Amino acid sequence: MFYREAGQFKITYQADSQIFPIRQDRVGIALVLAIAFLGVPLVASPYLFSAVLIPFLIFALAALGLNILTGYAGQLSLGTAAFMAVGAFASYNFMLRIPGIPVLLAFVLGGLCAAMVGIVFGLPSLRIRGFYLAAATLATQFFVVWCLTKIGWFTNNSSSGVITAQKIVILGYEFDTPASKYLLTLCIVCVMAVLLKNMIRTNVGRSWMAVRDMDVAAEVIGFRLMRTKLLAFAVSSFYCGVAGALYAFAYLGTVEPEAYSLDLSFRILFMIIIGGVGSVIGAFFGSAFIVLLPIFLNIIAHSLALPTSVASNLELMVFGALIIFFLIVEPHGLARLWQIAKEKLRLWPFPH
Amino acid sequence: MSFFFEVFIGGLLAGVMYALVALGFVLIYKASGVFNFAQGAMVFFAASTCVGIVAKFGVSLWIAVPLTMAAMVLLGLATEKIVLRPLVNQPEITLFMATIGLTFFIEGLAQLIWGSEVRRLDIGIEDVPLQFLLDRFNIAVSQFDVTSAGICAVLVTALALFFSKTKIGRALRAVADDHQAALAVGIPLQQIWGIVWAVAGFVALVAGMLWGARNGVQFALTFVALKALPVLILGGFTSVPGAIIGGLIIGASEKLAEVYIGPMVGGGIEGWFPYVLALLFLLVRPEGLFGEKIIRRI
Repeated sequence: MFYREAGQFKITYQADSQIFPIRQDRVGIALVLAIAFLGVPLVASPYLFSAVLIPFLIFALAALGLNILTGYAGQLSLGTAAFMAVGAFASYNFMLRIPGIPVLLAFVLGGLCAAMVGIVFGLPSLRIRGFYLAAATLATQFFVVWCLTKIGWFTNNSSSGVITAQKIVILGYEFDTPASKYLLTLCIVCVMAVLLKNMIRTNVGRSWMAVRDMDVAAEVIGFRLMRTKLLAFAVSSFYCGVAGALYAFAYLGTVEPEAYSLDLSFRILFMIIIGGVGSVIGAFFGSAFIVLLPIFLNIIAHSLALPTSVASNLELMVFGALIIFFLIVEPHGLARLWQIAKEKLRLWPFPH
Repeated sequence: MSFFFEVFIGGLLAGVMYALVALGFVLIYKASGVFNFAQGAMVFFAASTCVGIVAKFGVSLWIAVPLTMAAMVLLGLATEKIVLRPLVNQPEITLFMATIGLTFFIEGLAQLIWGSEVRRLDIGIEDVPLQFLLDRFNIAVSQFDVTSAGICAVLVTALALFFSKTKIGRALRAVADDHQAALAVGIPLQQIWGIVWAVAGFVALVAGMLWGARNGVQFALTFVALKALPVLILGGFTSVPGAIIGGLIIGASEKLAEVYIGPMVGGGIEGWFPYVLALLFLLVRPEGLFGEKIIRRI
């Protein structure tokens, strides 16, 4: 009843090819954005900003990045955190070495550095695929983190290896409260998500999907495999790099190699699997799920008054079991559930 | 020169231990096409169960080992039934993710039951240099490493015979080639998978005991899985000899690199060197040393 597209006729090509062709979707998105930009900052507490909302947005951005690579271009990767680390450290160094550089420019340059590293480590994908590639991307993970730890120049020769991130100042306004950092992150994530949503509808996105579905066939019908794959690595790493910079500057407040461990890579992989591989909204669903789950489990463990060690082990077990459960029940992720819900709503209240 | 050989032999022997863990991966990948990331967690689970039984009930190791074996078989069968069976026909990445979930679950379970402190495991072999090598060639090679390499060699030979000579072994290879064709000729698929997971559990137990006796039984045991991955990609995912040779190459080159290249670049290169080595190798041979050649058709 609410979600009926009957009567919404498209009479121009533009109307036919817009991102959200159905009015309800447009209204819904506008509503969500209005709440996120205006409603949330008014009501949320600083704890909610810094412990839930900011990491949710940053992880969603990183998941978008990995989704480009794994979901759209079909290249399995376990090195996401390494690209995030490159972005963070590059942004830090640009801000350190070039005084007065705009913060956003530093983030973009950090992302570009991550993209370059992504291209280098994407080269093996031309020869190897599947699990071989996944295991090979672990080389990125270990090598990059090792470099950042061992080579003093990257950390400005800090003795502890833990560096305080620079302040985020844009046009004289200092982003120092959780709410302002949240708004900045939200802006960046929204812009990049819209960019991605558009990119995957162009020939670039289509060539990624062709390579994902069958790369030999794609090559035969004239896609340039090398360009397509490396572009996927570059764009994906760019997104991850910006996410990594935000992770350091807007969330942690420190730049340290240890923050970008293999564990983080896995968490982002979980996000796209649980959210739905190859879907933009899935990255947001998955990120919300992975960020909220430990918090819920903690609350439950706390209310049952379990000892900390038992609680943390139970958390591991529940986490693992839930992932398995999810994969069994809905291997296409939360995005698929959302799609099913929309299809049901289209017919509601009549089943046929 | 004797120092070079000392490092080299030490590396080879360490490589045998990597190979042992890699073997667990190969077994499951060969028989079901599942890339079992949980193998490291299984190694940890096996070692801490074994030590835990000894500590809790005060029985000797000879009783604890069969009990642990039983637990590993149960774990393998439960995994097959609860996790893998509902996921039949899903894409490989889904199965892979499921085993990562399984990793979390097993890690939590092992620590929940047996606690998370570091414990010693004494299997009665001393970690001292072999005397006659020390006298004759002035090379210090640990007796423990040699013994564990021997155990691995026996295990690998047994597995190779099992795969090639027995009826179950043949059935296993048939399943690996084509699930449906194997079913069509009357091979009980689920029974075969159960056997494979039980064998992988056994391999995990041996690996867990050897590694645990070397470095103490602790959470860090799960990371031996990360040591086994470059061995796998170097040797090929589907090959038992590949796992062995890959393990030897990785073990030796890693130790040599750490000793000879490490000081030049700040040390600690053991973490990534095997991966980069394996990666460079893959650029030449994309299916690893002994992996099946991947033929792709449209």
